[in-house]
Amino acid sequence: MNIKFIEHLGKFLVWMKLVFSKPEKMSMYWKETMRQMNDIGIGSLIIVMLISTFMGAVMAVQISYQLGGQLIPRYYVGYLVRDITIIELAPTITCLVLAGKVGSNMAAEIGGMRQKEHIDAMEIMGVNTSAFLVMPKIIAAVCVVPLLVSVAAIVSIMGAYIAAVPTGLFSGAEYIQGIRSYLETWNIFIMYVKAIVFGFILAAISCYQGYFVKGGSIELGKASTAAVVMSNIAILVADYLIAVLLTS
Amino acid sequence: MIRAEKIFKSFGDQEVLKDINLIFEAGKTNLIIGRSGAGKTVLLKILVGLYGPTSGIVWYDDVNFTALDKRKVRDIRMAVGMLFQGTALFDSLTIEENIRFPMDMFTNKTQKEKLDRVNYCLERVNLTGVNQKYPSQLSGGMQKRAGIARAIVLQPTYLFCDEPNSGLDPKTSLVIDELIHDITIENNITTIINTHDMNSVMEIGDNIALLHDGYLAWEGNKEEVLTSNNEILQDFVFASPFLQKVRDLHT
Repeated sequence: MNIKFIEHLGKFLVWMKLVFSKPEKMSMYWKETMRQMNDIGIGSLIIVMLISTFMGAVMAVQISYQLGGQLIPRYYVGYLVRDITIIELAPTITCLVLAGKVGSNMAAEIGGMRQKEHIDAMEIMGVNTSAFLVMPKIIAAVCVVPLLVSVAAIVSIMGAYIAAVPTGLFSGAEYIQGIRSYLETWNIFIMYVKAIVFGFILAAISCYQGYFVKGGSIELGKASTAAVVMSNIAILVADYLIAVLLTS
Repeated sequence: MIRAEKIFKSFGDQEVLKDINLIFEAGKTNLIIGRSGAGKTVLLKILVGLYGPTSGIVWYDDVNFTALDKRKVRDIRMAVGMLFQGTALFDSLTIEENIRFPMDMFTNKTQKEKLDRVNYCLERVNLTGVNQKYPSQLSGGMQKRAGIARAIVLQPTYLFCDEPNSGLDPKTSLVIDELIHDITIENNITTIINTHDMNSVMEIGDNIALLHDGYLAWEGNKEEVLTSNNEILQDFVFASPFLQKVRDLHT
């Protein structure tokens, strides 16, 4: 198990060198990067907004429930919702969801190209397929995921307001006071660091799983699943490491 | 010209190619034939560099292709065109975009120059008016022709065809064979075709190499196929009673 992990890690690192080699033609890479940005960004916007709304709503309800009856001002709910969203839930939950949606799609797309000999065809044309097929996806993910995480954070904070204020858990004024209190801009920095790192992880691991797929449709399905599982594990490990590094 | 020199290839304990020595001449259609599992596809993939040989050398003219680093391999591949068994046309691109792809990637031609070249290649393979169609909207034979058009768009020096007639009816197979043969002669290309289609062997086999169980069992041309006494060749080419009768009539 450990030897296999080290073998994969070594193969992944060597492959990354190929992925980030000089493009044959910048305009083709640019076009592909724009297409990927559209696929990842616009394609995931609805699901990210939907999940974030409920994430914020649930947080508001549960934090209100836990703080209820204690001598803690109600506006603390807003403060806690904001900080938990920014530091943890917006980047982590969004990227776990994106690993499922975008990551499996990337693995299946590249794996399908491998099986239909599209990758061989490009190689024979002289294309560096590792770079052409993977670099635009990684760059697009690293650029777009932070934007999606920003949207998730805003929508989550709004979701908490929508869920709690009309139902009388706290007043709008209290909530707004809470989200305007004790803002640490460092936390926003942590959110973006996480978003960038998670974006890289989900794209790189998913593409790796797809690029090296061997066999038929069953193996492609397994690669797609592995892309999601491995990305999720790597995101959670990175989440912990970033938390240790940036908050200690 | 491409030369395979003492090529051996193993996958684990299984030896797939054993001491293959072959010369593929320019301006001729060079056929690699053999039964399924004889090692034809592995040899073709070694010749284009998709697999490395366990030992041996592949020469492209006087360049040792096997010893080149990845960047130099890519330079050689600019002069290579390949038609895949399943055509390997990109599903999400139109036929025009598929054929234009190598030019988009490697040339600085204007859009008009590219379009002119695409149209010329489509005309050359008798496939006009399909520029905006997707591969899935074409028949198997039309897809093969589109694949040939993409393979020749950068005017290659070397053309590889992996089972160009698989899945095609005999008449369409003949059209594809003739097309490949004509393009080979017109442009003095070194063409290597991997096939087990006997019509191709008898129609366009300028040079034929028969692989059997991973070794080179016979070499010759289409005329010699009929007169050779090689048992493996006879077993392979005249496998059906019908073809045996044809041979008997001929001799």
